[in-house]
Amino acid sequence: MSIAEEVNCLRRIPLFANIDTSKLKLLAFTSERLSFRSGDVLFEQDEMGTCAYILLRGEAEVIIAGPGGPLAVATLGSNEIVGEIAILCDVPRTATVRASTDLEALCVPKDHFLQMIADFPQMGLEIMRSLAHRLEQTTVRLREVLAAQAT
Amino acid sequence: MESSIFRFILRHSVRQQIVLTLMTLASFPFLYASLDLPKRIVNEAIAGKKLPESFLGFHLDQVTYLFVLCGLFLTLVLVNGAFKYVINTYKGRLGERMLRRLRYELYVRVLRFPLPRFRKMSSGEIIPMITAEVEPLGGFIGDAIAIPVFQGGTLLVYIAFIFVQDPVLGAAAVSLYPFQGWLIPRLQRKVNQLGKQRVRAMRQIADRIGETVSGIQEVHTHNTASWHLADLSHRLGDVYRIRFEIYQRKFFVKFLNNFINQLTPFFFYAIGGYLVIHGQLSFGALVAVLAAYKDLAAPWKELLDWYQQKEDNRIKYEQVVEQFHVPDLLAERLLREEEDVPFTGALSFRNVGFGEDGGSPILEGVTCDIPLDGHTALIGVGSGRDELAQLAARVLLPSSGQIRLGERDYAELPESVTGRRAAYVGASPYLFSASLYENLVYGLRHRPLRENGESEEAEQHRKSRMTESVLSGNATDDVHADWIDYAAAGCDGPEDLKARILRVVTMVSLQDDVYGMGLNRTVDPERRPDVAARVMEARDAMRAMMLNNPELGRLVERFDPDRYTVNATLAENLLFGTPVGPIFQTDALASNPYMLHVLDKVGLSDTLLETGHKVAETMVELFAGLPPGHEFFERFSFIGFAELPEYQAILARTAKEGLGALRPEERTRLMTLPFKLIGARHRLGLMTPDLEKKLLEARHVFARDLPADLKHAVAFFDPEAYNAAASIQDNILFGRMVYGQAQVQSKVGRIVADLVDQLHLRDTIVEVGLDHPVGVAGSRLSAAQRQKAALARALLKRPDLLVLSEATSGLDTSSQSKVHSAILGERKGCGLVWVLQRAGLARAFERVIVMKDGRIAEHGRFDELNRPGTLLHELIAAE
Repeated sequence: MSIAEEVNCLRRIPLFANIDTSKLKLLAFTSERLSFRSGDVLFEQDEMGTCAYILLRGEAEVIIAGPGGPLAVATLGSNEIVGEIAILCDVPRTATVRASTDLEALCVPKDHFLQMIADFPQMGLEIMRSLAHRLEQTTVRLREVLAAQAT
Repeated sequence: MESSIFRFILRHSVRQQIVLTLMTLASFPFLYASLDLPKRIVNEAIAGKKLPESFLGFHLDQVTYLFVLCGLFLTLVLVNGAFKYVINTYKGRLGERMLRRLRYELYVRVLRFPLPRFRKMSSGEIIPMITAEVEPLGGFIGDAIAIPVFQGGTLLVYIAFIFVQDPVLGAAAVSLYPFQGWLIPRLQRKVNQLGKQRVRAMRQIADRIGETVSGIQEVHTHNTASWHLADLSHRLGDVYRIRFEIYQRKFFVKFLNNFINQLTPFFFYAIGGYLVIHGQLSFGALVAVLAAYKDLAAPWKELLDWYQQKEDNRIKYEQVVEQFHVPDLLAERLLREEEDVPFTGALSFRNVGFGEDGGSPILEGVTCDIPLDGHTALIGVGSGRDELAQLAARVLLPSSGQIRLGERDYAELPESVTGRRAAYVGASPYLFSASLYENLVYGLRHRPLRENGESEEAEQHRKSRMTESVLSGNATDDVHADWIDYAAAGCDGPEDLKARILRVVTMVSLQDDVYGMGLNRTVDPERRPDVAARVMEARDAMRAMMLNNPELGRLVERFDPDRYTVNATLAENLLFGTPVGPIFQTDALASNPYMLHVLDKVGLSDTLLETGHKVAETMVELFAGLPPGHEFFERFSFIGFAELPEYQAILARTAKEGLGALRPEERTRLMTLPFKLIGARHRLGLMTPDLEKKLLEARHVFARDLPADLKHAVAFFDPEAYNAAASIQDNILFGRMVYGQAQVQSKVGRIVADLVDQLHLRDTIVEVGLDHPVGVAGSRLSAAQRQKAALARALLKRPDLLVLSEATSGLDTSSQSKVHSAILGERKGCGLVWVLQRAGLARAFERVIVMKDGRIAEHGRFDELNRPGTLLHELIAAE
C-alpha cells in the first residue's frame, strides 16, 4: 500500500475528516506502518505508550486484566484509532490490544500526534467526541455490571 | 620548585649556560673581523692606498690581494654563519629542554595537589598555565645569561676604549647611564604590575570559557547566552585596557630611552665641538669618541631590551609557579616509592576529623575499626558518609586524628600500597577517553612491567627518547611498554585476563551492553581472521535458519545479488555494498562520474532524474509548511529546511521549461534525492518493478566495470565473504530488517542472540565490544554504564579493600540487586566498605556504621543494632 492509499484510508476516519490532504500525507509519511499477525500484541496494559495506532486493515480486540483473568471488552475494525489515551494523558496503557486477524496499522508517534492536535483544533474536537462516546459506552457497561451484581 | 626563574635556570642549566656564553664570546673576534674587513677591502685593496708588501710571506699584486681579502671575507661569512647556527641550535635545544622540564614539574605538582585543591582551581586555569603561559620562557632561557654577558662585555670594552681616548669625554659618554639604570626599572615596575594583572585576567577568561563549555546545557536552558556574552565582553575589555596601558608605558620607556641616548651625542657635539674650536681637544679625538659612542648605543639597546624581556619572563614564571606552590602538597615519595604492605586486620580510625579550611568540619571524632576481611555497611543521615569512605580508601587524607593500618600510619603509606590494595568507586566515576577495555585495565597500570618486543630500530629510537627524557628531568618509563599487571588481576597473561574481564563484566551486569556495542562494531578481518570466520559461521547458520523457517523472511530481507532489496536504500542496492571512505557515500553518488557513467550505460539517468523530481515535489508539498528547525526535517525529509527554497525554484523552472532545461548542478541536486529512497519504508509509489529491474542491471554493470583505483572505495555484499566495512550484526544478518513489522528490532535481536549463543560466539562479540570507545569522560556511555564500568575496573584489580560509595545509584532496581549480590559474593572474606542509599540493604553486611551529621551514631553488628530506639531502626522504618 502506498502513501496515497493510506491517505484515502485516513480520510475515511472521522477524526481526520476536515484535514488537508497534504497534512494527512505528512502524517502518513512520518508514521511507521506496521503489520501484525493474528494474535500479535499491539501493546500491553500498564506499559508506557509512545504512539497511537490507526487501524488500516483487519481487526483487533481490547482486553483488560480483570480479577477473573483477561476480559475482552471491545473489538476494533478498520479506520479506528486506538492507544491515544496513553499518549494524551501520559498514563500507562489502560488495556491490552491484540490483533484478532492479520492487521495493518499506522503507528503515529506521540509528539507528532500532539502537534497535529495543536495545529488542527478540529481534530481535538473529534477526539473529544470519540472519547466522550467511549465514556458513555463504559458508563452503560458499568451500569449493566452493577445491575447484574445487585441481582 | 625554584621560586625565581634565574634560580631555575642556574639549577638545571648552569653548565649549558657557561658553554653558551663561551661560544658567544668565541664568536666575537670573527664578528669583529667581518665588520672590519670590508673597510680594508675598500681602502686597501680597491683604492690601493696601503697595499702591503707581502701577505703571509707571499708577494701579492693589487688584484691578487683583492681576491685574497674577498676570499677571507667569504670565509668569515661562513664562519659567522656557522657560529650563529650552532649557537642558535644550542640555545633552542636548551630552551626546549628547560621548557619540557618546567612543564613536567608543573604536571607532577598537579598530580601531587591534595584533592580539595581541585575544588578551588579549575582545569580552565591549570591547562593554560602549563601549556600557553610558560611557552615564551623557552625562548628566553637560552638568552638569559649569554646576552647580558656578551652585550655587557662589549659595552665595557667600548667604554674602556673611550676612557683611554679621553677620560673626560668617557665620563660624559656614560654620565647618563646611572640615571637610566635608576629610572628604567622604576618605569618598568608599573609595567610588571600590569603584566601580572593581564595574566590573572586571561586566566579568569580561560576559566570562564571552560565553565561555559561544561555548563553549556544550562546556558541554553536558561537563556543566559547574553549574560555570558556580556561577562566575557567585560573581561575582554579589562584585558584590552590593561594591554593598552602596557603598550603606552612600554613605548614611553622606549621613547625616554631613545631620548636619553641622543642626549649624550648632543653633549658631545655641543661641549666637544666647543673644546675643539677652542683648541682644548684634538679634532681626531672627538671623531674617535663619537664613533665609539655610536658603537656603544647598540649593545646598550640590546641590554635594555634584554632587561625588559627578562622582567616579562620573570613575572610569567613567578605567576605560574606561585599557583603551584600549595602548602599541603602530597609528599613526592607517596607517588614514587615502591612498597608492599599487606592489608590485614583492621583499619583503625582514631578520632579522625575531616574538613576544609574555613568550612565547618564534615567529619568529626570518628573512632572505629573497619575489618579488612569482612563487609561494612555505611549508612546514615547528614554529611560525612562519602568522606569517611574516601578516607578509608585513602583518596582523602584526614585533617585531624589518625588512621592506622597495623603499625603503620595510613596517611604515610605510598600509593603503590594504597592504590593497589584499596579501590574506591564513587557515584560519578570518571572514564578516560579510550576504549572500554583500556578503561577496565586502567587500574592495573602502575608500572611498566614488560618491554614490548621491539625491532632493533624501534629499540634504538626508544633509547634516544629516554636519553632525552633524562636530560629534561622527565620520567623515563616507556609508555609503549606493557604496563598491565596481570598478576594483580589474578591472571597469567593476556588471554587469561580477557576471560577474567568477561567474568567481571558479567558480575556488574554490563555484558549485555558490551554485547550490543560489539554487534554494532566493525572488525578488520585481516587483524582478527578468527572473529571474521566465526561471524561467517553465524551468517551461514542464519541462512540455514531462514531456509528452514520462511516466517523469518518477514523479519529479515537477505541481500541477494539477483534481487532488489526493498528494505535497503536505492544507493545500497546500486552499490550492493558498503561505501568505504567518502567516494561512494550516498550524498556524493549523484556527482560521482563513475556512477553517472554506469547510469547512462543502462539508460537510467533520465528515469532517476524524473524520480528525483517526483521526490522533490513530494518533499516540498509535505514539508514546506513546517516551521524552520522542525524535527521532521532531520528525521524524515530528504531536503533540509535551508535547501527548500532552492528546490522550490528548481520545481518552478521545470514546471515551465521541462526537465531538459535544468543546469547541470540542478540536475545533480534532483538526482541526489532518489538514492536515499527505501522502497519499503517511504511508500511513495516510485519504486516500480521496471525501475528495480533496471537498477539490478546497473548494480551488475557497476561491479563489473569498476576501475581498479575505485575498488577500495566499496565493500561489496558477497554472500561468501566477510564485509569489513559493515558491523558484526549486519554481517550476520547479511540483509536488512524488514520495515513495518511490529517489534522487528527486538525479535531479530533475540534471534541473533540465540544464534550467537548456539555458536558460542557471545564471548567473542563481547570482546569486540570492549573496543568500543567510551568518548570524552565516558560520554558515549549512559550514566549506569559508566558506573558499571567503574565497578568492573575496581573489581578487576582485586583490591584487599573495596570501597563503594553509592556506586550503583544509576542502575535500575533489578540490575542493582543483581549487581549487589554478585559483588557481595565476589568479595566474600575480603574487605568491603559500602555507602548504601537504603538502610535496609545493610542487612546483608556483617557490620554497620550509622553516621549522623559527620559523627558515628551507632556502630556494630546489624542484628544488635536493629532494635527499637536505634537510628538504624528508625532509618529502616522510614523506607
